[in-house]
Amino acid sequence: MTTAASPSLWPRLEPLLARVAKPARYIGCEVGATTPRHDPAKVSWLLVYPDTYEIGLPNQGLQILYEILNERDDAVAERSYAPWLDLDAELRRAGLPLFSVDTHRPAGSFDLLAFNLSAELVFTNLLNCVDLAGVPVRSEDRRPEHPIVCAGGHATFNPEPLADYVDVFVIGEGEEVVAEITDVVRAWKAAGRTEGSREQVLRALAAVPGVYVPSMYDVDYDGPRLVSVSPRYPDVPTRVDKRAVADLAEWPYPKQQLVPLTEVVHDRLNVEVFRGCTRGCRFCQAGMITRPVRERPADQVRTMVRDGLRRSGYDEVALTSLSTADFSGIERVVADTVSDPTACGQVSVSLPSLRVDAFTVGVAAQVSKARRTGLTFAPEAGSWRLRTVINKLITEEDLYGAVESAYSQGWYRMKLYFLTGLPTETDDDTRGIVELGRNCVEIGRRHTKRASVTVSVGGFVPKSHTPFQWFGQNTVAELQRKIGVLRDSARKARGVELKWHDPRASLAEGIASRGDRRIGRVIERVWREGGTFQEWSECFRLERWTDAMAAEGLSVDWYVHRHRTEDEVLPWEHVSAGLHKDFLWQDWQAALAGSGLEDCRWIPCYDCGVCTGYGIEHVVASPTPPAGGSQGTGQDLGRGSEVPVRLQIRRPDPVGAG
Amino acid sequence: MRVRIRFTKLGKVRFTSHRDAARIWERACRRAELPVAYSVGFSPRPRLHFGLALSTGHESLAEYLDVDLEDGRAAGIDVDGLPAAVSAMLPDGMVAQRATVIPPGTPSLQEAVTACTWRIDVADTTPAAVGAALEAFLAAEVVLIDRERKGERSTDDIRPAVLAAEVDGAVELPDGRAGARLVVELATVGRSLRPAEFVGALVPVDPDVRVLRTHQWIDAGGARREPIPLAATPAGAGRKAPAGGAP
Repeated sequence: MTTAASPSLWPRLEPLLARVAKPARYIGCEVGATTPRHDPAKVSWLLVYPDTYEIGLPNQGLQILYEILNERDDAVAERSYAPWLDLDAELRRAGLPLFSVDTHRPAGSFDLLAFNLSAELVFTNLLNCVDLAGVPVRSEDRRPEHPIVCAGGHATFNPEPLADYVDVFVIGEGEEVVAEITDVVRAWKAAGRTEGSREQVLRALAAVPGVYVPSMYDVDYDGPRLVSVSPRYPDVPTRVDKRAVADLAEWPYPKQQLVPLTEVVHDRLNVEVFRGCTRGCRFCQAGMITRPVRERPADQVRTMVRDGLRRSGYDEVALTSLSTADFSGIERVVADTVSDPTACGQVSVSLPSLRVDAFTVGVAAQVSKARRTGLTFAPEAGSWRLRTVINKLITEEDLYGAVESAYSQGWYRMKLYFLTGLPTETDDDTRGIVELGRNCVEIGRRHTKRASVTVSVGGFVPKSHTPFQWFGQNTVAELQRKIGVLRDSARKARGVELKWHDPRASLAEGIASRGDRRIGRVIERVWREGGTFQEWSECFRLERWTDAMAAEGLSVDWYVHRHRTEDEVLPWEHVSAGLHKDFLWQDWQAALAGSGLEDCRWIPCYDCGVCTGYGIEHVVASPTPPAGGSQGTGQDLGRGSEVPVRLQIRRPDPVGAG
Repeated sequence: MRVRIRFTKLGKVRFTSHRDAARIWERACRRAELPVAYSVGFSPRPRLHFGLALSTGHESLAEYLDVDLEDGRAAGIDVDGLPAAVSAMLPDGMVAQRATVIPPGTPSLQEAVTACTWRIDVADTTPAAVGAALEAFLAAEVVLIDRERKGERSTDDIRPAVLAAEVDGAVELPDGRAGARLVVELATVGRSLRPAEFVGALVPVDPDVRVLRTHQWIDAGGARREPIPLAATPAGAGRKAPAGGAP
């Protein structure tokens, strides 16, 4: 099957689109979209985000690879997103496959189907998209004429649950490795994709650094326990190390961020200001697996903001990272953006992932010059003790200072994000969540009668490659009990609106997050029972997951709720984020001992393994930590345990604001 | 200064909603660096005013919007060149065709437009079948349908809203199916009538239709005229070929 011969499905899709909700999500036509010139000699990639267009379109990782591949002479890339239930049914009824949104080609006509997996609950959607593409869902059933099914993204750091369904995983950042994969696949195409050649191309791909080909590994079990995951051939690596680009300045992508024609989430210009995080929050997989810190030069950020706004027509820009206020010179960049005289009309800046300890009056004043966007802070836990356990070392003072800054600059509503079900959590810690929210409202009331705080609480799901990977997740009943505790406290807290995630979804996420290869059949069963779009409450039913576990003879308690031991082989151990296992174990023990760890950007190394393993030092523009920070500033970590009984408002110095 | 712009919505972009189109226009104006005036207040918005909403999925040769420009910065603006400048920033299928400055006090599009002409291609039928149904429809003094508007069910006589209607022969739809073409003029004042509701009253099963708005009409003292007529250009001739299925 060659791409050149594949006609557009558009004329046959049109009548279906007239019958479905929000048809604009299937038409492409975005500003910045390319019309790729397909050629049998080129390698064709279909980049698939296995959730709705509204969620998937803004994904920066997918857009970066889309541009990088389309800049090459020997590759083309198009995009696809999971069709919503109504179009899925219409397509199956009409006998039509999954299609690209750029030129509406059938998905099965591409050489590679490359999935972006940001979270585990989309796993069933990957299976559905592969099936809708007309490709066998299990790798072992695919033939040379079928596309190679790839996956990358944070959720692939434990690839095992999808090991029987995905041919090739990319571990880590994709900017460089997509070129190397293209080379291997181009050679395979040139040789004619002959009978039996699929095994060969997969083996060749297994030799590419950062690429994990599960079918090249044997798995041994002893009863329920995993014994080993070992390569079947000598040229296949025992351990797959993640990829990471050394210098973000060399990758100023996306240069042509896609501007959709219909409403999507994060509908604004997004400029990534740094990658990686060394705050060391122990629950946070993203922070652990994206080390080391690599900042984009401030001048490049300014250029990307200015050019991006002009080119896209957006009136809002988000400076993105895992903790944007940690970016060196953040206030300067924000100030330059909102006061750029060449900007047409109003521009507002949003700073997602704000650390409260770095949100100063200076930043608040700059951000509020244009339209005020939503403000979210994430203290994560309700007491200093528990924040020390999870290593989110922000004090109540930090939080109240940030909140004071925001209210004083005209905000009247903000959102606080917390986790419950954390290691060592007591009911006092849980109740502390509402207490923090109530205190924030009180600060706000001094500025405005409208002050309110939304407290959003999620059930903690331990993730691979973190110090908490050994922790037994709370049961649904326990999480529900904790939500009950919160609801009781919140009832009396004026101005505090409590929201929580469904603990049942946390259990399904737990099954998929730390599972081994045997969990694949569970995911397949959930999908076959109709369990797509599991992140959407209207589509989620926990029984599908628990029934599938029972049918496969697997214990939910064993996979999710038990504490794991130091000596056991973890299902993802043959995949490395660069972190030493003994570093993670020691950090887990330190957590249980209630001991915090400062940010290593500005103090000596803990030898987590990443910088030394990758030969990349943290790339930060400033030799000093951000102003107002409680972490990494050499402060006495014991200080925060003096929980203020009455509020002592500290007005942070507007450092650098002038 | 207020500028009225006439534009098309053809091809794939017909699946965007009225709200989507508004957002597309806001961004296109910014990208074209038009000196659009902003509302004042807590959350300033560009001052664009749209005419009658076009249902998602319908195409049009005759869409309109009014754009308020900042008086100072708009002084030297080339209004005749504006359609080309902004069309370059619009997606395929959306083409600005003409722009005119409208004097202060001009009634808004929503107030001024009283009727629209629609071209409706009905799939899986014949001109004869639709013709017979249409003849019966036009002969009736009262045609009642049940419909839902803003969540309220009602039974309405839609006959007065049909100002003119005729069958315009056989047609082949883009996916190859045969059908019949209707050209109808429907009132937009009072209890207005949507093309889909009209077809529903004509053809008992819910057929696939392809709907194109060809004209919007302003009632000017008995005579009707378009808000901006396309002088010598035949209707539908755009500068850009829309992707996938121009009429």
